[in-house]
Amino acid sequence: MNLGFVLREVAAGLSRNLSMVVSIVLVTFISLTFVGTAILLQSQINQMKSYWFDRAQVAIYMCTDFSTLGGCDQLAASPDQKLAIEQRLTSATLAPYVERFYFEDRDQAYANFQEQFKDSAVVDLVSPELLPETFWVNLVDPQQSDLIFEAISGLPGVESVIDQRSYLDQIFALLNAGSLTAVAVASLMLLAAALLIATTIRLSAFSRRRELAIMRLVGASNRFIQTPFVLEGLVAATLGAALASAAVWGIVTFFVQGYLTEALPSTVFVTASDAFAAMPFLFMTGIGLAVLASYVSITRYLRA
Amino acid sequence: MILFDDVSKMYRGAPKPALSNVSINIGAGEFVFMVGASGSGKSSFLRLILKEERPSAGNVHVLGQDLRRIPSRKVPLFRRSLGVVFQDFRLLPQKTVFDNVAFTLRVIGKSSGFIHDAVPDILQTVGLAQKAKNYPHELSGGEQQRVAIARAAVNKPAIMLCDEPTGNLDPATSAGIMNVLSRINASGTTVIMATHDSGIVNQMQRRVVEISAGRIVRDENEGGYATTTIPLGELDTAPIPVITEENSAVAEPTPLRSKSSSDPDEIASPFPWELRA
Repeated sequence: MNLGFVLREVAAGLSRNLSMVVSIVLVTFISLTFVGTAILLQSQINQMKSYWFDRAQVAIYMCTDFSTLGGCDQLAASPDQKLAIEQRLTSATLAPYVERFYFEDRDQAYANFQEQFKDSAVVDLVSPELLPETFWVNLVDPQQSDLIFEAISGLPGVESVIDQRSYLDQIFALLNAGSLTAVAVASLMLLAAALLIATTIRLSAFSRRRELAIMRLVGASNRFIQTPFVLEGLVAATLGAALASAAVWGIVTFFVQGYLTEALPSTVFVTASDAFAAMPFLFMTGIGLAVLASYVSITRYLRA
Repeated sequence: MILFDDVSKMYRGAPKPALSNVSINIGAGEFVFMVGASGSGKSSFLRLILKEERPSAGNVHVLGQDLRRIPSRKVPLFRRSLGVVFQDFRLLPQKTVFDNVAFTLRVIGKSSGFIHDAVPDILQTVGLAQKAKNYPHELSGGEQQRVAIARAAVNKPAIMLCDEPTGNLDPATSAGIMNVLSRINASGTTVIMATHDSGIVNQMQRRVVEISAGRIVRDENEGGYATTTIPLGELDTAPIPVITEENSAVAEPTPLRSKSSSDPDEIASPFPWELRA
């Protein structure tokens, strides 16, 4: 096959339908940017999950003189009760699941509380007596918190057993919904991009119908006739994917690393390497979509 | 070379078949005129040879191949051994004469070395060597048709199909075109030419096949255009016999161009120039 001839045909087709080509580039650019953002959001969620779930603990809150919940009767947990909890956690049944645990007494809890809310007026309203003594338990497998619930929650002197992951789950559900929305918008836009590519290729074929008729008459192979059109779609989609990759990189570099990391220094965020990891997928999606749409379009046009 | 074996062609929705029970054998190197009124089935005959249509019944063999057995992806390869010329030339307006002819060779993957040998050669044959750099709109109708013939013949096809190649040309120019076609035929190419041009048919004295209402009604060697059969019931559309100055002995139909425009077979071009979208 004469490569120069095919490339000249591609260039002619692209310049003849310039406005349509620009719209293909823009639609693939925007839809792939959505896809890239969804990928980044997903890897952000995964990073936060692994960061926080490792740190998430199970808290065993003991009764205070003021608590009425659980097995408490406005009576602080006695030293015997606390000892029983400690023995239970080190017993043969639970020990394999417990990585480590420590006991936080009222004064430590108060110190932590003051540290955490140091700018808030609530500090003045709280005294150490109000805060519960707590066993903080790190599990070998954070997902097995049910074991602690079953073993501990009924015991005397225990107010409640809370898995911190239950707070995190809500946050992650929210983030997941955001990422799913981005994926849904991206799929709609990708559909629009595919239809737009198909239409553009039809237009391009129509504007070259004289050449196509002669090509078919003199026996040019189908592949020879189709290749320039498929390449047209491919060039436009590659441009779109390149722009989308640049946009994803820009979002990570300037928004996430440049702004979010400074605003929320204690949180881990996606880095440029996550953006680079998403780029091959963006190119593959864009190019695959364009090649498929333009091939189907030109094949149907020629068969009709 | 071309063998029709009891071939019929029905178009969907048409009450009568375009061709019915046509059997004919055309040998290598022959020059055959297809004559007959518009809508008689000449174009369907040519389209069947090109495998643009498939027969409703019967078999078409071209160049020793059963056209039914050629898979659609092999059709392009098959068409490379055929050349086609139309009444309306169908040149690419934005390409020069040279490029119009070369386009045929480029799209079937010939090397540029071959193209630069073959194209001037065929332009010499059709007498347009001096006009290689001109654009189609700078040429006369006769010259444009010569370009179209050069394009059809440049790949040395075994068979050349001409659908009224002189239909738009005056008699003197037509004679020049026939000269070129005769030369191409003399080099071994089978030429099949559908025409309404009685002067040419009478003058050339070649094989004449007359089709009327989808049937071959006459097949004679060294025949003339003279039509003897006017099917009953089609008198209103049949050509009106008139005596011409050229050949007063032969009753000749007047090509009714205005009438033929109402003929569906004439409106829909026999070849898909305007590809349906």
